Amino acid sequence: MKNRLKVLRAERDWTQADLAKALKVSRQTVNAIETGKYDPSLPLAFKISDLFGKQIEEIFENEQNGS
Amino acid sequence: MKTAHIISDSCNPETDQLTKYLAFWTLGWVVSMAIASFGPTYLWESATWINLTAIVVNFALGVGMIMSNIRLFKAQDELMQQIQLKAMGIALGLGVVGGLSYSLLDITNVIEQDAEIAFLVMGVSITYLVSLVTDNIRYR
Repeated sequence: MKNRLKVLRAERDWTQADLAKALKVSRQTVNAIETGKYDPSLPLAFKISDLFGKQIEEIFENEQNGS
Repeated sequence: MKTAHIISDSCNPETDQLTKYLAFWTLGWVVSMAIASFGPTYLWESATWINLTAIVVNFALGVGMIMSNIRLFKAQDELMQQIQLKAMGIALGLGVVGGLSYSLLDITNVIEQDAEIAFLVMGVSITYLVSLVTDNIRYR
């Protein structure tokens, strides 16, 4: 699954550690999501969307249907 | 605590604290295991009640270590839990399969020495550690 996490984080001038702290996860988890190595659970995806004030679909994109 | 960051790279002070608790329980368990194992030979002369006390203390510290590990596991984030579960699954699988093969080697006299549980514990521990470190490096 593709995502815009890195872009959104950069727009706010946050480090991975800053974002990790806000989401209450490890920096590794943020890095793994950003690099596409790990897809977050639905609760974490909602937390991310709440934090950035965007819909989940605006942050995450399913590569299979390209939507 | 530096060691906590090697494994989890945590941003959560709660998990750092729980890692310290786990380290203390583990240290206590290992020390009590050594005392229960070598005490009858070097510290007291096989008095049954002392042996039993040492074993009960060792068991109690082991239970504390398990509870502490469960608390740490529950406090970790979802990726860390996934890494832990995978490592535990591989270690358990290899422990069962490898342990039974090792036992068969002993039963069928393919190996001369008796199968020792210590080797099984070492095998499970090393497998768990390798899997944990490998996945932590992968997601770093």
